[in-house]
Amino acid sequence: MFFFLLLALVIILAAFAIGGYNSLIQIRNQVRNAWKQIDIQLKRRHDLIPNLVNAVKGQMEFEKGTLERVIQARAAAVGAHSIPDSMAKEDVLSSALSKLLAVVENYPTLKANESVGPLMEELTTTENQISFARQFYNDITTKYNTKLEIFPTNLFASSFGFKMFPLFTIKDAGERETPTVDLSLKN
Amino acid sequence: MTEPFILQARNFYEQQAHNRRMTLVIMSGFVLLFGAIGLGIDYFYLGVFEEGFVLPPVSTIAVVMSIAFAVGCFNGGSSLVLKSTEAVQADPIHPENQRLLNIVREISLASGLPVPRVYIIPDDDPNAFATGKNPDTSSLAVTRGLLNVLDRDELQGVVAHEMSHIRNYDIRLMTTVAAFVGIIVLLSDVMVRGLRFGGLSKGRRSKSGGSLGALLFILWIIVMIFAPLITRIMAMMISRKREYLADASAAELTRNPIALANALSKLENASAPTKSIKQGVAHLCVVDPAGKSFNEKEGFWAELFSTHPPMQKRIMYLKSMAYQKSG
Repeated sequence: MFFFLLLALVIILAAFAIGGYNSLIQIRNQVRNAWKQIDIQLKRRHDLIPNLVNAVKGQMEFEKGTLERVIQARAAAVGAHSIPDSMAKEDVLSSALSKLLAVVENYPTLKANESVGPLMEELTTTENQISFARQFYNDITTKYNTKLEIFPTNLFASSFGFKMFPLFTIKDAGERETPTVDLSLKN
Repeated sequence: MTEPFILQARNFYEQQAHNRRMTLVIMSGFVLLFGAIGLGIDYFYLGVFEEGFVLPPVSTIAVVMSIAFAVGCFNGGSSLVLKSTEAVQADPIHPENQRLLNIVREISLASGLPVPRVYIIPDDDPNAFATGKNPDTSSLAVTRGLLNVLDRDELQGVVAHEMSHIRNYDIRLMTTVAAFVGIIVLLSDVMVRGLRFGGLSKGRRSKSGGSLGALLFILWIIVMIFAPLITRIMAMMISRKREYLADASAAELTRNPIALANALSKLENASAPTKSIKQGVAHLCVVDPAGKSFNEKEGFWAELFSTHPPMQKRIMYLKSMAYQKSG
């Protein structure tokens, strides 16, 4: 009798462990996929920037500084090696690029240009997708990290090699304000 | 003031479960309603039950057909709805459509949902709706007028509102209801006409009636005449509360409640009715296609008989969200 009880207990515990392990694997894959989504958008941004720069270069003599900053920031971001390094450099690129987009918004003739208009839209959507992809990554990673910390998953998670993933943080208050600035420029 | 806070307490998993349940309940109700109407025809017109128990022919047919209808509406409701509004799939060749398609992709990234199919309705009045059985088979339709009237951020807000309906499975419930409302309105029209001209014949004349029979007869007529009204009220009840939830989720996705508030006030002021969207589909839309006069009233009756909550209230809640964020 006692033996059967013990057996039942072991089976129940094993079932719990297997279930927990599988759900951790599942959510970790979601985290990795979310990370990949950000990466895809970053690559796309790197490809688009030279096109925009070429398209607006001739008509923006007096905004040379803004343009230069974007070119330099892009070069730095493309050359980044480690993940934290890339995170920091992409942030610099983000703020330089948002300034450029805001400047172009202010030139109706430039915006109406048939090669600049679609490029602007492409870059705007890429910028939005980067920030939304980060939002989604943060949401799913928070879920995953929480799962690692709570009982009973925390008992076995580290021995199976599950590690916490880093979160994106909004570094300066300026980035949070960007949408408001955008709105006032458009009207 | 309390309403949306109660709604916010319900997270979207609960909302999904609620919508799945409600869809089943309404489908069963639909079958029951038709079974009851069929039973009435069996009893009063054909007098089937006078010779003991037999399989009532009309009710059997009614139940079988209504089950087929219910399953058909569940699976094909979205294409029915899209067809009724003359929506065409958005072609990325036009730069305007490209912008819309980009925004849809952004929001599906933000919400983690698959990208829905995007349709354009050739109508100058700004409006939008989402439809489908589940997120994998969902469609999102906007009018040409919406693309013309709104700027990028506002359009993003409206798309996020519709994507929230998709995520919450509101689309499943509302599409099924839209298809049912269409069918019931059609059928009850036919039947009321049949009653008026055909009169009461054979079966009813015999002594089988009695007081119970008369009561049943009255009930049956009431159900038949009021079926369209009941389904209409049902559509309104399920529609209004979830608009607040979708507004709130949209603000959460875009982190930009003011843009959606601006979009809503633009849509409200474009008061021309959306002609290509029929009333049966009204509860699916972001604003009532009937136009401004329907939504500006407040108070009990206005709230009971409109498919959408008062616009001023929706805008107010969104603005208060923005103040909370900045404060």
